[in-house]
Amino acid sequence: MKLELRGITKKFGSLVANDHIDLTVEAGEIHCLLGENGAGKSTLMNVLYGLYRADEGEILLDDQLQHFEGPGDAMRAGIGMVHQHFMLIPVFTVAENVMLGHEQTRTAGLLDLAAARAKVREISDRFGFDVDPDALVDDLPVGVQQRVEIIKALSRDARVLVFDEPTAVLTPQETDELMAIMRQLKETGASIVFITHKLREVREVADRITVVRLGKVVGEAEPTATNAELASLMVGRAVELTVQKEEPDLGEEALQVEHLTVVDPVGQLVVNDVSFSVRRGEVLAVAGVQGNGQTELTEALVGLQSRVQGTVRLDGQDLTRNSVRRILDAGVGFVPEDRTEDGLVGEFSVAENLMLDRADGEPFVKAGNVQRGFLAEFAKEKVAEFDVRTPGIDTKAGRLSGGNQQKVVLARELSRDLNLLVAAQPTRGVDVGSIEFIHKRIIETRDAGVPVVVVSTELDEVTALADRIMVMYRGKVVGIVPGDTPREVLGLMMAGERPAASGDAPTPEGAAA
Amino acid sequence: MTAPSQHHATATPTEQALDSTTVLSWKAPISFAVITALLAVLFLTTRHSGDATFRLSAGNDLIQIPEVTLNGPVTTWTCIALLTAITVAAAALVRAKRRVPLWVVVIFAVIGLIAFLTWAAAGARTPVIPLPGLLAGALSLSVPLIFGALCGVISERVGVINIAIEGQLLAGAFTSAVVASVIGQQWLGPIVGLFAAAISGVLVAFVLAAFSIKYFVDQVIVGVVLNVLVIGLTSFLFSQVLAPNAALLNSPPRLQRIPIPILSEIPLIGPMFFRQTLIVYAMYVIIAAVYIGLFHTRWGLRLRSVGEHPTAADTVGINVARTRFWNVSLAGAIAGFGGAFFTLGAVGAFNKEMTAGAGFIALAAVIFGQWDPIRATLAALLFGFASNLQNTLSVIGSPVPSEFMLMLPYVVTILAVAGFVGKVRGPAAAGKPYIKA
Repeated sequence: MKLELRGITKKFGSLVANDHIDLTVEAGEIHCLLGENGAGKSTLMNVLYGLYRADEGEILLDDQLQHFEGPGDAMRAGIGMVHQHFMLIPVFTVAENVMLGHEQTRTAGLLDLAAARAKVREISDRFGFDVDPDALVDDLPVGVQQRVEIIKALSRDARVLVFDEPTAVLTPQETDELMAIMRQLKETGASIVFITHKLREVREVADRITVVRLGKVVGEAEPTATNAELASLMVGRAVELTVQKEEPDLGEEALQVEHLTVVDPVGQLVVNDVSFSVRRGEVLAVAGVQGNGQTELTEALVGLQSRVQGTVRLDGQDLTRNSVRRILDAGVGFVPEDRTEDGLVGEFSVAENLMLDRADGEPFVKAGNVQRGFLAEFAKEKVAEFDVRTPGIDTKAGRLSGGNQQKVVLARELSRDLNLLVAAQPTRGVDVGSIEFIHKRIIETRDAGVPVVVVSTELDEVTALADRIMVMYRGKVVGIVPGDTPREVLGLMMAGERPAASGDAPTPEGAAA
Repeated sequence: MTAPSQHHATATPTEQALDSTTVLSWKAPISFAVITALLAVLFLTTRHSGDATFRLSAGNDLIQIPEVTLNGPVTTWTCIALLTAITVAAAALVRAKRRVPLWVVVIFAVIGLIAFLTWAAAGARTPVIPLPGLLAGALSLSVPLIFGALCGVISERVGVINIAIEGQLLAGAFTSAVVASVIGQQWLGPIVGLFAAAISGVLVAFVLAAFSIKYFVDQVIVGVVLNVLVIGLTSFLFSQVLAPNAALLNSPPRLQRIPIPILSEIPLIGPMFFRQTLIVYAMYVIIAAVYIGLFHTRWGLRLRSVGEHPTAADTVGINVARTRFWNVSLAGAIAGFGGAFFTLGAVGAFNKEMTAGAGFIALAAVIFGQWDPIRATLAALLFGFASNLQNTLSVIGSPVPSEFMLMLPYVVTILAVAGFVGKVRGPAAAGKPYIKA
């Protein structure tokens, strides 16, 4: 089915998220929509899917003008979407999720679960998925959940399939498998829109590429274009894709973590017997697919987890089971994974956010009073130093863009005398310009002799920053390898395969990818 | 097909579960120990040496079961010994890193109850516990709680926290009394009254739904305000309109009991369940309908999806606001209908604030029942039993101070919700307005 978008404009207040966007996707084509976070890709697709109403423009399917009042209409017209944040009900089974919204019923209006199961099996078999229709979605790994999303779209006979940032949660192997599925779907004549900001994937799978920047189409590109060409088109200027860094000047071992185990409320060992150490002037990157214990590991390091066994020592001082306050006072800086949830108070001003963890005494607070004058000077200095693009220091932090919010968090954490920096997903949802800046500051921190732990699910970031890489899988350390380890090896490790060097031979499963 | 098939051979090697350990919970053994100790202290300080008689049949039953007489001290101390044994066993289980199963809790509760009843009856003026009366009364007191709990289950499952159950019950009670009085007649009045009660519940629900779904006002605040509003309105109308014209407006014909042949002659539970009024029989049907509806029909699947993940429901073409609006209204109808039990089923006239917090106990039953209609019903029955135990003990002249006994239903509620529920996951989106871009 041919999809055509003509002059789509969508405004949120004064913000123009989509500005007269034209896009044509032919049947049997994989069309990549490439753009930075916040470029308006997802907004465009939500317009297509009927979730947002466009202010201007029209949608055509096989040259027929469409009017979508809601996602129901879009689905009936043959549009299916695999959402970035899966649209699955965690407490429902696979079959229930697939049938939701177009349920078949038996006598007396009872749900026909048997038909739904059969449908799931039929589509699974067709594409070689291994999905149990009666499994609870909550119990499934994210890779399988994504397949449920695909099954859901296909069960409604979707002829236009939109994949919104589908690879963000996948291992490199799962990504390869997804690409194979997309090619297979293309063979059947479906049109596919593949939204991403990862250049490598685009070049591998795309038939055509449309680049979006700041809500506008800025150009088309061929899959043969180089990374640098695509990146400069996406960002609007030449970008440096690699981080300039010198060889590390290693000092003594500063952070020592031994047999660290974190137990969640239902008794699962989300971090399982993890031991590692980081030296002064070294970046240890923790790689792994989202949800393999990295979040809990960083939280345990700064004292945010309650059921913790093992020891964490910094410069010989035992920090295990200390209060967060005392850990911060020991010189630990923490950039949490979710800045809007844990890193900032959105309703507080930029200045107030810059002193969030310093409210217990001088120089910010004297005799119980916040020293507004001192704070203003401090905030102005930091805003300038970290290039935070904000109308002023009294602007609410929640109003800033993702990149600028992250710079505020980083500015706050780096403004103390650090003995350890823990940064979780420091550039998630951040524009390329800010990524360059944040990476530079992290390397500067390292060069100042501070041990740094960076957690990232993006292999590009891991390889750019790391002096050593620790890969986590299912709460355990798969291995700690040098920073220049090839991506293929890291990819296998992220799927739980031990590197050959560590003694265990890789299992045959991994060989296929 | 040229799709490379070797890609599919790579099964995701991520299916096995995480290693896990048991998070030890000493809650059960500790609460067992505390309860056993309290009972032991009670029995030691206030000794009752008499016998306690448990009457198992009422005088007019077809099948008569002989009474059971238990010696006070012997029974109570045997029970204490058993309770101690269970406590030790529970502690041993936890020490061995195993969970204390629910049936142990139930056995503990039953033995504790027998001990307490025996002790209370042994010291009473008439040392006889009429079990059929106790149980039948318990069901009566549970009826509005059950209706309220079903209302709460539906509205929370669809994602709207309903604090206004109390107001909906009260509105139902008021409306049914007035409508049934005006129409009069043996059957017509009460039946029309029942429907009027349901409609009044819907009206209260409309306000809740409109403010919380359309205007995104905090659901808890709207609910609380609605309760105050309905209490104020009915109390005002009662004192200004109903009380002066009681004969015309506040003397509804009560619903008659309809014994079901054979079933009502089953010893002990027959009279409890099958010598009841129309409202109670309707309740059985509604419980079953809500259960089947929620878990086995399209209506229930969509309703639950909206309460768990409204965005996901929206993306498959379910209208979230409409689903919430109509189901909150339906829930209101159920609560209003149940409110009629106060006037048409039990008391026979409306009185100021006659629901006396039943709506809030129903809310507790929803949580204790883990948002499941059957379990919420059982929880409501437990609370009703606690209330009626208090009534029965004061009737037989038990030495337990009545002020203490009045606390009993609420103590049971707090213990149940705080002690034994623990961490339960409610509907994920309950209380959160769904705001579309």
